Amino acid sequence: MADSSKPKLQVSAIRNGTVIDHVPAKHLFKVIAILGLDKITTQITFGTNLESKKLGHKAIIKLSEVFFKDEDINKIALIAPHAKLNIIKNFKVTEKSEVQVPEKIKGIAKCGNPNCITNNDHVNTAFYVLPKDKEKVALKCHYCEKITDPEDMEVF
Amino acid sequence: MKDKSLISIDDYSKADIINTLDRAEDFERNPHQPLLEGKVIASLFFEPSTRTRLSFESAISRLGGKVIGFASKDSSSVQKGESLKDTIKTVNNYCDLIIMRHPLEGSARYASEVADVPVINAGDGANQHPTQTLLDLYSIRQTQGKLDDLNLFLVGDLKYGRTVHSLLMAMSNFNTTYHFVSPPELRVPEEYKMFLKEKKLKFHEHTDFTDIISDADIIYMTRIQRERFSDPMEYEKTKNSYVLRNSMLEGTKDNLRILHPLPRVNEIHDDVDENKKAYYFPQALNGVYTRMAIMSSILGL
Repeated sequence: MADSSKPKLQVSAIRNGTVIDHVPAKHLFKVIAILGLDKITTQITFGTNLESKKLGHKAIIKLSEVFFKDEDINKIALIAPHAKLNIIKNFKVTEKSEVQVPEKIKGIAKCGNPNCITNNDHVNTAFYVLPKDKEKVALKCHYCEKITDPEDMEVF
Repeated sequence: MKDKSLISIDDYSKADIINTLDRAEDFERNPHQPLLEGKVIASLFFEPSTRTRLSFESAISRLGGKVIGFASKDSSSVQKGESLKDTIKTVNNYCDLIIMRHPLEGSARYASEVADVPVINAGDGANQHPTQTLLDLYSIRQTQGKLDDLNLFLVGDLKYGRTVHSLLMAMSNFNTTYHFVSPPELRVPEEYKMFLKEKKLKFHEHTDFTDIISDADIIYMTRIQRERFSDPMEYEKTKNSYVLRNSMLEGTKDNLRILHPLPRVNEIHDDVDENKKAYYFPQALNGVYTRMAIMSSILGL
């Protein structure tokens, strides 16, 4: 049969929405938290520990009827710098893009310094995103000026 | 600098730093300038600090201003559970400028965002203490006649010492060569070394505190604190290997001066006090002139 020889999609297709591909598998749940996907009511499919030449193991997220603003989706660039977005309209990819690392982020992550004012008073967190090396970024707290590594960051 | 809070030494450009030092020099020559007459300055010390608080209050008095505030959190409404925001929002109705010392890092930046009047950070936890840095710079320029091209030795606790970090950053404007002398567990954090590499400035790390000081222009000593060590024996051993003694100053440069943010414990032996290269007590006096300069610049006077 033609079907069996054809490579089959590991995660089923969506009609309209957004596909986020090339998420490092180990950070899938942080990406879910950052984007607030636990509060979305439309259909979502996740695939994780899929093979990827670039990442080793990757995750993919398919969101039906969900479209992100750049400023929201770019927050995941801290932990998923190679993530790719596909906008799907009527089963077809109509737009492709990559996430961009923002210069400043507000209110998504906890400062790693227990002695920071943001961990002791009602103060929203804010960080400057600094390049650490080619692949990684560091978060410098706007308040206490200490560095938090996005790999260890705790998402609210 | 008018109306601008001073929270981190990075808030001041090289030109701002030089302006402040020039102004402090003017106050040193002529300390009787009643520029703050009719002004009320709030001095909020959520954590006690005798030296910094008295130096600020002395500077305010010399300028003819009035001080309100508290010297520890026990005598403030923080005791009743008031948030920092509420304290600042209330106090800023009563004053033209807020000076604040607080044990939490980032508290001063936050205060400057909620206050309607400028805020001067007099120390926020282990983070920043920019007025100390400016008085250190003042003392360096005063004793060396310049800030450029100096050999700066930083000795002691280079990991947690906030005065060290701020001085290191501020001196990066002046083509400094750095020598870091510390026990391995109290080395300068990676982020500061990254910063110096980026600025293409030379630095050397040492663990032995010996005759390497022969080409020093400034030796900046700091206290090694007991609470930084989990093993008390390790602390006893370490603290005694980073002590400056008068005999070590033989063969050092004539222009060498020794600075210390004070209080000292035993890291500078008493026998150094009589040496003309000891400069930590005049350094403390410079704090008054520098703070006079900072406050009058911020208030646009």
